[in-house]
Amino acid sequence: MSDALKDVYSILWVDLRNLRRHWRSLVATSLVQPLLYLVAFGYGLGKGISLEGVSYLAFVIPGIIALTSFSTSFSGAASKLQVDRFFYKSFDECLMSPVSLYSIIVGKALIGVIRGLISSFAILLVGLALSPMFIISPLFVLVLLVSCFVFALFGVLVAFVIDSHQGMSTFNSLVILPMTFLCGTFFSLSQLPAAAKAVLYVLPLTHSSECLRATALAQPFPFWSFCVLFAFGLAFFLASVFVLKKKSV
Amino acid sequence: MLKECIVTEKLTKCYGNVKAVQDLDLTVYSGEIFGFLGPNGAGKTTTIRIMTTLTKPTSGRVRINGLDVVKDTEKVKKMFGVVQQHLSLDRDLTVRENMEFHARLHHLSSSERKRRINELLDYVELTEHADKMVDTLSGGMKKRAAIVSSLVHEPEVLFLDEPTVGLDAQARRRLWDLVRRLNSDGTTIFLTTHYIEEAEALCGRVGIIHQGRLIALDNPLELRRKLGLITVETLVDNKETHYKFFADRAAATKYVQNLPPDVKTIIIRDSNLEDVFVELTGQKVGDV
Ligand SMILES: Nc1ncnc2c1ncn2[C@@H]1O[C@H](COP(=O)(O)OP(=O)(O)O)[C@@H](O)[C@H]1O
Ligand SMILES: [Mg+2]
Repeated sequence: MSDALKDVYSILWVDLRNLRRHWRSLVATSLVQPLLYLVAFGYGLGKGISLEGVSYLAFVIPGIIALTSFSTSFSGAASKLQVDRFFYKSFDECLMSPVSLYSIIVGKALIGVIRGLISSFAILLVGLALSPMFIISPLFVLVLLVSCFVFALFGVLVAFVIDSHQGMSTFNSLVILPMTFLCGTFFSLSQLPAAAKAVLYVLPLTHSSECLRATALAQPFPFWSFCVLFAFGLAFFLASVFVLKKKSV
Repeated sequence: MLKECIVTEKLTKCYGNVKAVQDLDLTVYSGEIFGFLGPNGAGKTTTIRIMTTLTKPTSGRVRINGLDVVKDTEKVKKMFGVVQQHLSLDRDLTVRENMEFHARLHHLSSSERKRRINELLDYVELTEHADKMVDTLSGGMKKRAAIVSSLVHEPEVLFLDEPTVGLDAQARRRLWDLVRRLNSDGTTIFLTTHYIEEAEALCGRVGIIHQGRLIALDNPLELRRKLGLITVETLVDNKETHYKFFADRAAATKYVQNLPPDVKTIIIRDSNLEDVFVELTGQKVGDV
């Protein structure tokens, strides 16, 4: 077990080196989008509106944190892995080393987790400054951590499955971007027709934003959503193992 | 006496209809520099990828030091180092960091890492460049960096896939010297190349691969001897070069003296592996 953890750290080590060298630009670029959303939707558009008994600003901040954890963890894990696989070919070095596939997958996901947490906490600070009714509990931090992990594993899986840069940017526009807007980040799903709801509840970000919002606004915690989020994480991990085994054919 | 190091049995790899490697039977012995010579697309990289566990064979098997690369993957991975055809260093890192990454992947302790990395940097004279980003190095230095990275865990076998492609003549010679030095220090070398001179200059034995099949296997001199050690090139009607092979200079000279007058531009030279390849396949190594 401790050997496996060491291996995970070895895999992460490279990406940490890279992060240390470029952290300013990496963090800055990941913050641009959520900050724009925060200003445009939360502060600009939603100032006088209230939703489900709270101001729209208070409502939307947890959603934007969920969105940040999602997009940053996903792309943080996926983009470096893609580069390693196709441009540097350095991923082959991992595959040819005595490190197990499991450690490789977790190690490659962790850089996404770390970047996701950094960006989410940065947005969180801005959110705290804007909205006084925001509660940060240990549960909130736990949900955020789990979310980042789930989304980073999603990034790893996608980077294994999609074999081209073009495919990756198509996936980003067709799946990732719509998810950031629709998965309960900017509006409450209770307003939607049943069919649309059903679709959105099969996406992990929906569960993450509901959990984060509930803890941040001290609403009843949707325990099942949290379980579903876990299940997604497990599914992404197992699917990554499967794909990686297939790839070496 | 001779210890088997890499043994392949009926090794076959298909990609759809393409048979990249077909029924390859090959034994590489410990301590030798074995050269795998063939044109682009012959199946060299595929063979190395199978031997280094990156690709699974369609059928047949490979053993390294008696261990099956598919079944005993974990153990086999400790035995070899590989420098791929395309640079596979992480270009966001320095040379030293790349080496450290390899050392970590192979579970070296922190003191071992330090010792081994400094030793190797010194061995290939990269110490002053150790803390430069990989991308700022010249082609020859990048290759040497890749080689020392792959040697961090002291593998018994080193795979080099077309190690000198894209290098200038000087860098190439320097790399050859390094390969020889590594070999005389005890590392078994399996290298692929499509450069005739490289196979002749470096390799104790050469396997010639063509369209996935091994078509000849011996030491370079023996391969040439089978064909004839002397080549006579003649230009007929100013159009086409003809090649004839002779066991020795005397026989070649005799042939030349009796040529009809319309045959021009005669060259008598030592035969080489290119001649062997052309004779066996009807193609030049550079073709395709
Ligand atoms: N991943 C792959 N998918 C499909 N065909 C492949 C793949 N890798 C190699 N090939 C084919 O297998 C043959 C041998 O390729 P390769 O081993 O790269 O040759 P070499 O290294 O000798 O130039 C070629 O015809 C090549 O197109
Ligand atoms: Mg090749």
